[in-house]
Amino acid sequence: MQADVKLDTLGYFCPMPIILTSKKIKELTVGQVLEVISDDEGIKKDMPAWCETTGHEMVGLEEAQGASGRIYKAFVKKTK
Amino acid sequence: MHATHIEPATMLAQLEATKPERVTIVLLSGDLDRAMAAFIIATGAAAMGMQVTIFFTFWGLNAIRRKGAASSAKDWLRRMFGALNKGGAETLPLSRFHFGGLGTKMMQKVMKQNRMPGVPELMRTALDLGVRFIACTTTMGLMGITKDTLIEGVDQFAGVTTYLAEAKQSSVNLFI
Repeated sequence: MQADVKLDTLGYFCPMPIILTSKKIKELTVGQVLEVISDDEGIKKDMPAWCETTGHEMVGLEEAQGASGRIYKAFVKKTK
Repeated sequence: MHATHIEPATMLAQLEATKPERVTIVLLSGDLDRAMAAFIIATGAAAMGMQVTIFFTFWGLNAIRRKGAASSAKDWLRRMFGALNKGGAETLPLSRFHFGGLGTKMMQKVMKQNRMPGVPELMRTALDLGVRFIACTTTMGLMGITKDTLIEGVDQFAGVTTYLAEAKQSSVNLFI
């Protein structure tokens, strides 16, 4: 999946990935996609929940094996 | 006489549509772990676009005291209490395994190694995200905690009715 902006939150635990996402999304324009990279498994559930509450659109989630564990990529489309 | 007529149902619907979700948290505890839980929930909710208010009372006030600031309470008993009851977000003890400070130091080290924000960092983030801090005046008086010894960013000094007025409007109310 192609993103317009990437946000690296590797090494950060809850709630930092979500807080960083909520700050970063303000820099995007409507329609752009933000890719949030995290190694916190909680993001699989937390990012859809954040999108549902804030109204942004969750457009994808990718999971891969990194050097020191699983890496998650959440794709969020700015809607407003 | 002419008054603008507003349909009550429309008014209510508009209110509901625009009303942001609210969260109120009472932080009574001055324990590191409990304060962390409160600030994690507060920052998480704020990041979700919710309006968050934290009421600090009793030992919870220690989180918003400046480290080492001397109490300027008028009577010696309260001044003494304020001095004995150490404040500052950096100095909160764990609720369990404090071990005279050793356990707490170890926990803080593990947190740092894992890039986990501590109470001071979470508190700054909360203020950045617009979380409102309200200090309970009654318990401030009881514990010899004066305004000049609190951190900057405390939004209001208030009592139980302010808390209840806000809690009534909130969908999430927590007592920690």
